[in-house]
Amino acid sequence: MISALGLVVGVLLGLFLQPDVPFWLEPYLPIAVVAALDATFGALRAFLDGIFDDKVFVVSFVSNVLIAALIVYLGDQLGVGGQLSTGVIVVLGIRIFSNVAAIRRHLFHA
Amino acid sequence: MPEVTGRDRLVAALRKPSRGQAVVAVLLAVLGFAGVVQVRANDRDQNFVGARQSDLIALISTLALATDRAEAEIAELEDTRESLQDDADSTQTALAVARERVETLGILAGTVPAVGPGVRVTVESRTGTLGTDQLLNGLEELRNAGAEAIEINDTVRVVAQTGLVDSPTEGLLIDGNPVQAPYVIEVIGDPYTLSTALDFDGGFIEEVEAVDGVVRVEELDTVEIAATSRVPEPTFAEPVEQE
Repeated sequence: MISALGLVVGVLLGLFLQPDVPFWLEPYLPIAVVAALDATFGALRAFLDGIFDDKVFVVSFVSNVLIAALIVYLGDQLGVGGQLSTGVIVVLGIRIFSNVAAIRRHLFHA
Repeated sequence: MPEVTGRDRLVAALRKPSRGQAVVAVLLAVLGFAGVVQVRANDRDQNFVGARQSDLIALISTLALATDRAEAEIAELEDTRESLQDDADSTQTALAVARERVETLGILAGTVPAVGPGVRVTVESRTGTLGTDQLLNGLEELRNAGAEAIEINDTVRVVAQTGLVDSPTEGLLIDGNPVQAPYVIEVIGDPYTLSTALDFDGGFIEEVEAVDGVVRVEELDTVEIAATSRVPEPTFAEPVEQE
């Protein structure tokens, strides 16, 4: 319940404050958001499996975001930033899909 | 105890918040915040946000190329405009010169009225004594003295093609027009030169006086010549092309 409230509060904050994305963050924010989404869906799956641990969630959330940003940064330095971003998005997308499939099985038994 | 399903856990979590959920809430708030910010930034400036350095450089160089092309075009058009202005100027000059020539030639050919300083020569004589011999000489003298326009009796303009014939009855036929004495010859030119051209030994005045005529010469500041002659179109002669 509180978690859902947290999500709503974050969305409302973003809508009302309308902050500008800092220039240095611009290439990394989209990847970071996707990585965070992956961690969130992973956590929801673990919760439904009964193996959820908030410590694990925090660590995986933060490390997911950091690693994603790091990969993109590395790609930018190597001159393949665009391709690496696509790769990261694809991998995270696959993970999100499989997690959502597991969640669906739990919730709808199908 | 029956097996706990995922759905049961979800329901339980919704009913009983725990400390762990608060941490999750904070992280989810961060996620929501970041997601919304990103979406908004994407909406605002979809062209350039997230664009790679190389893409931006390509964009900039494309723009620079476009600017170069536009500037080259501007320079070209300015050149064209300048050359057109030069053309217009030279056309104007040519037109002015041509107009001047038309005026000069018009006065010489007698097709336009003229005004200027000159002399009025009045020749009086008894009928039948004064004829083309004297008048022709007088006109020649006036021409030699630089007469620019000559008119006789306010009716006939004397030009290069003018012909003088003694009339069988009395007076003269000038270009077919009968002219009676006294003859008033109005001439535009330098008044002093014109008057001296008539007055020398064996000149026009002496010739007229030899047949008992009287010549009066007035030097005037303005002589008006209103009569014009018609210049016939040349039928046979054609101008030679000049390089």
